[in-house]
Amino acid sequence: MNRFAALLDRLAYEPRRNAKLRLLVDYFAHTPDPDRGYALAALTGSLMFKKAKSGLIRGLVEERTDPILFRMSYNYVGDLAETVALIWPAPDRQQALPGGDGPAIGHNNPPPHVPTITEVVEALATMSRSDLPARVAGWLDALDETGRWALLKLITRELRVGVSARLAKTAVAQMGGFAPDEVELIWHGLDVPYTELFAWAESRGPKPESTNPAPFRPPMLSHPLEEEDFAKLDAADFVGEWKWDGIRLQAVAGRGEDGRLVRRIYSRTGEDVSKAFPDLVEALSFEGAIDGELLIVRDGRVQSFNVLQQRLNRKAVTPKLIADFPVHLRVYDILTEGDEDLRDLPFRERRTRLEALVAKLDDPRIELSALVPFESWENLESARSDPGSVGAGPDADAIEGCMIKRLDSPYLPGRPKGYWYKWKRDPFLVDAVMMYGQRGHGKRSSFYSDYTFGVWRDGPDGEELVPVGKAYHGFTDEELGKLDRYVRNNTVNRFGPVREVEYGKDRGLVLEVAFEGLQRSTRHKSGVAMRFPRISRIRWDKPAAEADRIETLEKILKRGEAEIHPLQDPATKGSSP
Amino acid sequence: MAMRSTDILTQTPQGLYCPPGDFHIDPVRPVPRALITHGHSDHARAGHGSVLATRETLLIMAVRYGEDFTRQQQIAPLREEIRIGDVTVRFSPAGHVLGSAQIAIEAGGTRIVVSGDYKRAADPTCLPYEVVPCDVFITEATFGLPVFSHPDTRDEVRKLLNSVALFPERAHIVGAYSLGKAQRVMALLREEGYDRPIHLHGAMERLTEFYKSEGVPLGETPKVVATERGRLAGEIIVCPPSSLQDLWSRRFPDPVACFASGWMRVRARARQKGVELPLVISDHSDWDDLCRTILDTGAEEVWVTHGQEDALVHWCETRGLRARPLHMLGYGDEGEAEAEDPASPPATAETGAP
Repeated sequence: MNRFAALLDRLAYEPRRNAKLRLLVDYFAHTPDPDRGYALAALTGSLMFKKAKSGLIRGLVEERTDPILFRMSYNYVGDLAETVALIWPAPDRQQALPGGDGPAIGHNNPPPHVPTITEVVEALATMSRSDLPARVAGWLDALDETGRWALLKLITRELRVGVSARLAKTAVAQMGGFAPDEVELIWHGLDVPYTELFAWAESRGPKPESTNPAPFRPPMLSHPLEEEDFAKLDAADFVGEWKWDGIRLQAVAGRGEDGRLVRRIYSRTGEDVSKAFPDLVEALSFEGAIDGELLIVRDGRVQSFNVLQQRLNRKAVTPKLIADFPVHLRVYDILTEGDEDLRDLPFRERRTRLEALVAKLDDPRIELSALVPFESWENLESARSDPGSVGAGPDADAIEGCMIKRLDSPYLPGRPKGYWYKWKRDPFLVDAVMMYGQRGHGKRSSFYSDYTFGVWRDGPDGEELVPVGKAYHGFTDEELGKLDRYVRNNTVNRFGPVREVEYGKDRGLVLEVAFEGLQRSTRHKSGVAMRFPRISRIRWDKPAAEADRIETLEKILKRGEAEIHPLQDPATKGSSP
Repeated sequence: MAMRSTDILTQTPQGLYCPPGDFHIDPVRPVPRALITHGHSDHARAGHGSVLATRETLLIMAVRYGEDFTRQQQIAPLREEIRIGDVTVRFSPAGHVLGSAQIAIEAGGTRIVVSGDYKRAADPTCLPYEVVPCDVFITEATFGLPVFSHPDTRDEVRKLLNSVALFPERAHIVGAYSLGKAQRVMALLREEGYDRPIHLHGAMERLTEFYKSEGVPLGETPKVVATERGRLAGEIIVCPPSSLQDLWSRRFPDPVACFASGWMRVRARARQKGVELPLVISDHSDWDDLCRTILDTGAEEVWVTHGQEDALVHWCETRGLRARPLHMLGYGDEGEAEAEDPASPPATAETGAP
């Protein structure tokens, strides 16, 4: 447990991806099986045991400490796991303090046994709930502070150290010197604690066979289309598609050894999200792997991303949720069919196979994503700016631009150059006033690089600025230097890592903020939250008084508003433009 | 008849004052006669009429403020009684930084110990704390919550060395207070066998030289030359905490921000400061040592000067000891209470709250 704790401790402070990778590789390379396998399982969210609840932990600590001191400490630290880890009266601490309340350990007693991560995980998997408190207390006694903190994170299954499953797998791949996608391909066929995988990574064993009948395959991603690309690319080599504002998914079905059809839905990063979409899983009555966009479709009309989020935000998937937010996969590629891997075929041949499969399925939940006809880039530009004009019809609001794919492109994992491009709709723009600057992380830790900005609204004492969002990219390094200096030179207040800058009608810095969309939010003072906000221009020239008002955002919000709550107002159902 | 403790020591706006001896201890404003426990700037200020302190503390004050920091200085030899007016005082090692002392004041059969800042943990750069039995013990409570339990410093230094080994292409920049902490970190690194030069921010140079002249072995400690910063990959650099977030630290190769402080025990604290490698190394007592020390002195009454007074007063009461918070303003060890950065919550929340 100590090595694992040291790893988590270090990861929790490390902002850089590459440094995290190094820490992970170092840990995996120097930790024996099966400890490292259980650690990998913990990091990838693959452990299956009953979670310990925070009530249990609080109960344990309250039995052992002065409740007043515990409360003062908890108020000070602000995190239960951390407070408990720090305050836990371990036997060695009791002994150090004369008059301590706890059972002092005599000199002849052996030191308590420090559990390994393997012992902890195996015990949690088999023990009954009633044995849990005593065991957890025993472990907490034996571990040091970092060990206790890591244990509490592990048993509550909330690591939160900024490591994605993908990153942990990438570390194993790096150990073995193979591509992360190779690990991804066999991942779902592997068993905790991954001894086969590590043997392979250390060249001590063969590549594990994927016994998974419905594995995830790394998706092919696109590059944003840049102005200068048009001159280099010939429109005749490409085909256009709508870029849907949904969630990219991979739907896979295959026969298991017992002949049963195994059906799975994966996110773009390979996370198995089947449980969230039982209604879509049901529709996967084929053998193969298809690639598409998850959308909500009501009355034959694709809803905006805001509506999709209503479904994604729910934890429990109830029949009512399924009925109110019917999901739908708009497919645009096929990776395999039966035992045949189609990824080396050119796009146009895969498209033919895909069209045939969708026709055979004949299920409204799985539909083909239409091709966008165009002969020149000018044609496509008009389609992009007005999807309704070229057949997108009522779905136009759920389109965020166009995809351009080479007719001869194979399906390659990752983001290969020269095959697929995305040409997004122009973002929304708003002129806002900088209100706060916050220090960034990692390389930017000495810069004020995260900016909160606001727009004008009517307040009790006349016009006032209300914060509407926060952005930390979109500017060059040189601009960052200038913005950082601006924050430092115009600070009026400091709150830890945050500085409030001067703003008002006659002073303040205007930032042109670009964003992809808006939604209502109860967490923000202004009542709106932006999607992907970034600084598109710094308006050194513009007086703060001329920044936008909240009404500008309200207008954008109202466009999609009817779609968000149509169920509460049957009159508008399906009738909004 | 024993004198009442409050007749021997009272509180004034300048700080603790002893009427029968007519002197202040660690006054925060200029006074005619000051007794100083140690050289940190919130305890040792310039401009007093006369200063009585240990030889090292007087020298540290001269390094920091110039030779003329006071009109008259007098060395207090350790463990020797000095008569001042109607009281006797005695300085004993406090284990906080080089030259740090507790001051025992005795009059009419009552002994009060003003401990200043102190720690019980081992420190290769100064004399260890010595228990001075007393009737009234005056203690700080910088880390006066049971969540503060300082780990073995050797493990913390090894954490740093492991990181240097793992990231040889990056510079490790350790924020540490210029007096005491910086030198202790260097000495601990030497104890672990680290023999590369340890590079110093210019602001630490003079105090570090002073430590060396006092016989503390710190090895080679070159000053960082601004134009050479890009070449210090794989090296350890020590700087004042405020420089960690400064432009100054940006020029090093992919710097790892490390901070040596007791506050690093709390993760949110470390993250708030943008620290990537927190090193829990403190020159103050942790909770257990605060409690242990109070019991060791045999004091029946405890006054708590600054820090987390409420929790320590509560603990004393559960032990049947009379205790009261002094709510003293102006302290919070230049370093550990982050007095250098007025923006940080601890500076006000932990030393200023009435």
